[in-house]
Amino acid sequence: MSGALRIPGAGRLSQAKTARFSFDGQSYAGIEGDTLASALLANGVHLVGRSFKYHRPRGILSAGAEEPNALVQIVRDDARKTPNVRATVQELYDGLAANSQNRWPSLSFDVGAVNDLASPLFSAGFYYKTFMWPKAAWKSLYEPKIREAAGLGVSPDRPDPDHYSSRYAHCDVLVLGGGAAGIAAALAAAETGVRVILADEQAEFGGSLRFESGAKIDGKDGFAWAQAAIARLGAMDNVRVLPRTTAFGYYAQNFVGLVERVSDHLKAPGHDLPRERLWQVRAKRVVLASGAIERHMVFANNDRPGVMLAAAARTFLNHYGVAVGKNVGIYTANDSAYGAAIDLKKAGVNVAAIVDLRDNPTGPVIDEARALGIEINSGRAVIRAGGKLRVSSMTVQPKNGGGERTIPVDAILMSAGWTPSVHLFSQSRGKVAFNDETKRFVPGTYAQDCVSVGACNGTDGLAATVDEAYAAGARAAKDAGAKAAKGVKPKVDASESWSRGMLGAAPGAGPDTTVKAFVDFQNDVTAKDIRQAVHEGMRSIEHVKRFTTNGMATDQGKTSNMHGLAIAAETLGKPIPEVGLTTFRAPYTPVTFGAIVSHARGPLFDPTRRTAIHPWAEAQGAVFEDVGQWKRAWYFPQAGEDMHAAVDRECVGVRNQAGLFDASTLGKIEVVGPDAAKFMELLYTNPWEKLEPGRCRYGIMLREDGFIYDDGVVGRLAPDRFHVTTTTGGAPRVMNHMEDYLQTEFPHLNVWLTSITEQWAVIAVQGPKSRDIIAPLVEGIDMSDEALPHMSVREGKICGVPTRLFRMSFTGERGFEVNVPADYGQAVWEVLWAEGQKHGATAYGTEAMHVLRAEKGYIIVGQDTDGTVTPNDAGLDWAVGKKKADFVGIRGMARPDLVAKGRKQLVGLKTKDPKVVLEEGAQIVEDPKQAIPMKMIGHVTSSYWSQNCGRSIALALVAGGRDRMGDTLYVPMPDGVIEVEVAGMVFFDETGGRLNG
Amino acid sequence: MAKAAAKTAATASPSAERRPALAGRTVSATGVKVEVLPPALRISLRAPEASVAALSKALGVTLPKQPKTSASKAGRTALWLGPDEWLVIDEAGKDPLANCAKVSALHSSVGISHRNIAISVTGPAAEAAINSGCPQDLSLEAFPVGAASRTILGKAEIVLLRTADEAFRVECWRSFSDYVFTFLSEGARDAAG
Amino acid sequence: MLLIRCPYCEEERPELEFRNAGEAHVARSANMVGESDDDFEKFFFIRSNPKGIIYERWRHMHGCARFFNAVRDTVTDKFVMTYRAGEPKPSKLPKNSNEGLAK
Ligand SMILES: [Zn+2]
Repeated sequence: MSGALRIPGAGRLSQAKTARFSFDGQSYAGIEGDTLASALLANGVHLVGRSFKYHRPRGILSAGAEEPNALVQIVRDDARKTPNVRATVQELYDGLAANSQNRWPSLSFDVGAVNDLASPLFSAGFYYKTFMWPKAAWKSLYEPKIREAAGLGVSPDRPDPDHYSSRYAHCDVLVLGGGAAGIAAALAAAETGVRVILADEQAEFGGSLRFESGAKIDGKDGFAWAQAAIARLGAMDNVRVLPRTTAFGYYAQNFVGLVERVSDHLKAPGHDLPRERLWQVRAKRVVLASGAIERHMVFANNDRPGVMLAAAARTFLNHYGVAVGKNVGIYTANDSAYGAAIDLKKAGVNVAAIVDLRDNPTGPVIDEARALGIEINSGRAVIRAGGKLRVSSMTVQPKNGGGERTIPVDAILMSAGWTPSVHLFSQSRGKVAFNDETKRFVPGTYAQDCVSVGACNGTDGLAATVDEAYAAGARAAKDAGAKAAKGVKPKVDASESWSRGMLGAAPGAGPDTTVKAFVDFQNDVTAKDIRQAVHEGMRSIEHVKRFTTNGMATDQGKTSNMHGLAIAAETLGKPIPEVGLTTFRAPYTPVTFGAIVSHARGPLFDPTRRTAIHPWAEAQGAVFEDVGQWKRAWYFPQAGEDMHAAVDRECVGVRNQAGLFDASTLGKIEVVGPDAAKFMELLYTNPWEKLEPGRCRYGIMLREDGFIYDDGVVGRLAPDRFHVTTTTGGAPRVMNHMEDYLQTEFPHLNVWLTSITEQWAVIAVQGPKSRDIIAPLVEGIDMSDEALPHMSVREGKICGVPTRLFRMSFTGERGFEVNVPADYGQAVWEVLWAEGQKHGATAYGTEAMHVLRAEKGYIIVGQDTDGTVTPNDAGLDWAVGKKKADFVGIRGMARPDLVAKGRKQLVGLKTKDPKVVLEEGAQIVEDPKQAIPMKMIGHVTSSYWSQNCGRSIALALVAGGRDRMGDTLYVPMPDGVIEVEVAGMVFFDETGGRLNG
Repeated sequence: MAKAAAKTAATASPSAERRPALAGRTVSATGVKVEVLPPALRISLRAPEASVAALSKALGVTLPKQPKTSASKAGRTALWLGPDEWLVIDEAGKDPLANCAKVSALHSSVGISHRNIAISVTGPAAEAAINSGCPQDLSLEAFPVGAASRTILGKAEIVLLRTADEAFRVECWRSFSDYVFTFLSEGARDAAG
Repeated sequence: MLLIRCPYCEEERPELEFRNAGEAHVARSANMVGESDDDFEKFFFIRSNPKGIIYERWRHMHGCARFFNAVRDTVTDKFVMTYRAGEPKPSKLPKNSNEGLAK
């Protein structure tokens, strides 16, 4: 048996398909197709959680996504513990395990409930007022304690083992909401042949047809019609039907985010199934058919378990076959709750009484209820509910006062009326308008190509809804480019009446200070709190909201916003539109981080770029460092070596014999065209026109402001062809910078740029033996110093494959950079390596490269410069063409501040104690005895231990640095002051003789 | 530089082995197959309008002038990437760089055979697999057979070419190929579901 | 995510393919060296940052790679129109900013 309150013959689930589940460790039976909420109710369980602030016992309020109370933790295994799952949305599967949240030690006995007794302390604004001082205590004491006590579930402490996927989709008509309106709109659009996507957050389509027993369309029961229509739509090639899919955000230009819950309802989801799928849909037209949400009545103790929305109770009965009680009371201010009374009565449940706030309600449903023998108390209010862990009675009083009467009940089904779901419309930047007659906000001014239909548009009645939706669907399709429709509009044969209802606090909601008549269940906001906020000076609904936190919980006030607004308006004595409605923001319901992140985790978090030679370095045991998205070999430790030892060995090896270095990540741009040199003249500080083909030059690129932007060696391959290199990290932005000027400032130049970074693998061979290693492998290039001097380039072959061979050096040694087509990179490296072994060559990584270049005073843009360094500051005036009429940065460089005296200049630093290695970034002062804060005159940009120099070396930016040669300066550090001497930037081979050594 | 060649003692060493990235990688899922294609010859071709006829003639394929289109002939495909930019891919072993070298009309032709990796995505779910990370509308109406575009896949740039109703060629830079292939594999797995 | 019409690709494409490149119609002097400090300041540092219609540069970075100009309303975030680099600032804007979006 799947629960004592399951009524045989009622509902649409097959009794045969039992599913076992547990709640707080207790085992229960449900049926496949149940939600966790319906299965609990079938077992008579209403108490499912404790409230956020007062720890009051709470039950299931709704049967859908608006649920504020029934938040549970679903536990699949140690890594899959999902908190804050709405029991009304979670579908049951065999073996499901759920726990209640926010209670200790148990749900029925919760120590935190003392907050309820102390509630005068916890009134609106309590947290703001009480925990303001001392400020530091908020983070260390108050917040953790409050969070612990409130405890909205427990986060899993392991990585999420599930995967999430994403999909971009395009359609002509996107229909959001799959009730009668959404289905009718989708049918109309789909029949024209345009691309349609129809999404609904429920597992089954139908919306209110799930509970409306009186709806008939095309001769069928409403829900059956919906299923038939969905089957038809699903079979059409131009339609995508997405159940269990919530439209959570409506963004610019009809870009809508949907989350499809793919496998949360499955007992054992396969590994191939994502848990959720993020749909990013671009639609030509959007039809909003998001329906309406029933409001509760605001009266004392309206939060007792067993007090729920009338339509929810009806859904549990008509769809799930579950009676929410055996002896129910109804409290309403509109017609729709009568349907619940009638259906329950017909199913054999005792309906103790209907309490109707209206004075003299009339109409067919009232007559039908009366005919069934249900007692109707009109003009009366329920002023409080009795019971604690479960409602036990309702106390009724004439709404203008008078004698009380207490009626025993085990459930109260309430309905204050229906609030159109304008959330997505509001997110689309549409402006809502208040309809004074019907007392509701409905879509007013549209900001995007969308249309609202049915209940979310304030349209009452099924026939009117279907008419409106079908016409809107057809129109949307037409606007999206469809030809004529050929379908037939569904015909509504019977429907139910939805009349208006009331907003705000009912007579049982105070105004005395002890009554707890809840407006917002999830954040524990009462009618009294809203009134108090107004009394304390809040005037705008935005302030009332923040002061009371009304509507600020994860349910975003789906059931509470209108009540809160009405109470505030009444207290202020202003009409509702003047107080205003708060803005609805995405997401409509909470979205998992998994869905947002989607594929972008693990190896797909960010591209990891590897060079063609990477596998060789990996096999050699290289340690890699991240340089942007690249993995670069940092150093190659041999057995027993730490980083320090490995780098020392590599540095010495390069200078004594030779070293091989993978320089493939350097940015490379081929500049081609008759105006190539002219373009280079404009983009670099250096002169290029006279550079001979076959020669290279170190180039500096500035921004217009005169600061160094990038640098690199440029080879001229032909009069109209340059091979430009950039820094590794700068490659994309340098290309963008060059394209920008070429396309928008110098479009008259006949020249084009092509990124060839990845076309060429680059092997730097540096050191006195470098030529000996390369020469035997080269064809077609004269390797003599006369034919191939330092800073030249030749095209030829190496190891039988094409090469662009540069003679250049970033170490100060005789050096080459061998460019070969990338797919040959590793094989050529291996041949060079084998050849190198004959000469004692070493492989070196980026750390040794940094040390070697620092020994020579070669700068690294972005390390020794920081975007405020001019060529002069860096000691690179020699690279600026003095006779040039123009280049990018020429004017910026001449700004008064950039030519002023005392600018920070790049210099070398030598510590007085040669063994002390400075910290990069350390500040430099003139007088270490001055009071703190000291006047800082510069900082260390590069600092290393140099085994070749037998001492530490450093580069630094120091104010007026070049005028301080030989001066002693100080670097104050936490454990003492370090004395340094200002020196030149070249620490090794000052004459540069080794370039040809 | 031919002169310089004469001066060196050319030792006829065997050619270094070519090791293409991801060679042979394949992933199959229901309705979609993702596989790395063999190396091809490629150039990035840039030219003003006035040179298009001469270059088309030399290349043996008419360079397309319409955005998002391509032209194909005898194993050679020219993809419109921008108003003065084409990606020319030759799968028949004839180097388009050599063809362009003979053209005197103004242009820039740069060899990028090794810069790009090609991945084919085929099958009824190919479109969905690519849409896992590509924000363009890939329906046949918006992206018909022969359509070509530089675009985005996740966090990488790709060039996308539709070769048949249910077949795409995805080109990306060499160092992004592992990311792109892995992304497409995940997309394929999801598209199959 | 916005849709942006690229005047070279002649269709709307997803924003992910584009990159903003700052204010448009800020001309670089043909005689940079001769610019006064004040002129250089205006050229390099001063931007209009309007509330409302802005003329700005975009690049179809991951598409045709062209820089182009756009007219956008900074209040509604809607593009009014786009046009090719080098074309003059449009003297007249479409009446309804939505018109610029449609086709
Ligand atoms: Zn474009």
